[in-house]
Amino acid sequence: MTKLLEIHDLHVYYGQKEALKGVDLSFDEGGITALIGPSGSSKSTYLRTLNRMNDLIPDVTITGTIKFRGQDIYAPQTDLVTLRKEIGMVFQQPNPFPFSIYDNVIFGLKLAGEKDHERLDQVVETSLKQAAVWDEVKDHLHESALSLSGGQQQRVCIARVLAVSPQIILLDEPTSALDPISSSQIEATLLKLRTDYTIITVTHNLQQASRISDRTAFFMDGEVIEVDDTKKIFMNPAHKQTEDYISGRFG
Amino acid sequence: MRRLFDEELDELDNGFTEMGILVSNVVQQSVAAFIDHDREAAQTIIDHDHDINEREIQLETKSFEIIALYQPVTSDLREVVTILKAVSDLERAGDHARNIAHATIEVKGNTRVAEIETQLAEMGHLTTDMVKQAIQAYVDKDEEAAKALVTVNDQLVDYRDQIMRDSYREITTDADVVVAAMNYNNVAADLVRIADYLTNVGEWIVYLKTGQIVELKLMK
Repeated sequence: MTKLLEIHDLHVYYGQKEALKGVDLSFDEGGITALIGPSGSSKSTYLRTLNRMNDLIPDVTITGTIKFRGQDIYAPQTDLVTLRKEIGMVFQQPNPFPFSIYDNVIFGLKLAGEKDHERLDQVVETSLKQAAVWDEVKDHLHESALSLSGGQQQRVCIARVLAVSPQIILLDEPTSALDPISSSQIEATLLKLRTDYTIITVTHNLQQASRISDRTAFFMDGEVIEVDDTKKIFMNPAHKQTEDYISGRFG
Repeated sequence: MRRLFDEELDELDNGFTEMGILVSNVVQQSVAAFIDHDREAAQTIIDHDHDINEREIQLETKSFEIIALYQPVTSDLREVVTILKAVSDLERAGDHARNIAHATIEVKGNTRVAEIETQLAEMGHLTTDMVKQAIQAYVDKDEEAAKALVTVNDQLVDYRDQIMRDSYREITTDADVVVAAMNYNNVAADLVRIADYLTNVGEWIVYLKTGQIVELKLMK
């Protein structure tokens, strides 16, 4: 069976520096994969390569293959807007646009030319509900998204990604700027989404990885040292480096 | 990198070893008291039984604290879990040593059977050695030594069966030995139970090393 996202021998260079050293780490549909590892282990580089966010960095060289549903995403004919609609991203800092909550959520659809107000209303409601923030914002949809708390902003950002019906959601430390209660709301949201979406999240919060992910990949120095079921990684990892990192002996 | 957690874990680890030595000593003393018909030594064992129980509670409390405050994972978690489970086994082994001390007091003054007592002495020494081996296997975190404990367990079961047969035979020939013979049976059963609990400790040592929960008796 074809993998949803198939990555083979992925190398990323920033100038001369090799940031990713031949990574093979692929994804089936559904579930949450946590990418963990010390700072500078290139897990974010890896994540950002999956929807070509690294293209924007000058001097970057990417080799190897990344196939989304069997199609090479680095092929010249790939449409970036379509790709990022299929593979959306949520960042560390909540980054709502300085518009209303409503306009934030429909941003992607408007970009794609959707004008049907009834459909837009429907998508806003569905997406905000999926992101578990609807009840909190439904009476303020036309107020600025910037007036929300950090945790609410982040969930609106998740809704903005969901609005364009992606297959894969990439998250780069989505809760590191949030307080514990907001973080646990994001975690609960991701757990609800894990059946319908393939979720890949970078996190420095090991307990978060162990709480919500089905699979955990441990990155170090640009390589994937170990990837396995999260239970296995946290109970009895195969590699000493994984064990040392997970149990706080370094990093 | 040495972690704050390592110091806490060392303290727990040492506490467990000390409790192991305490139980090992009590088993040895209870066997010696029974063989020597030493009622006073037996009473001392009974009087100090709560020392072991207190140790168990201390180590359990410490384990809960470590889990709550440090949230250990991987081998760290296994070490805490091993101790948390194995302290109960040690405490129960201690209870059986106390039973042997009670038997010592009960038998005193009754007609005895020297031949069976010789067997019980051999069985007692075997058990005492096994307890020491189990504690050493823990100190050394030695999976193979832990697995080997089950062999001694088998020998002890054979001893117990023999002692039971001999005790019943003696009872049928001389009614005066009833009290002693019943206690021989009980002591033999206590020694086997002690060995069972130490085999459990061995199983936890295997878990500590491998992450596998095993039944050593089924692995033979």
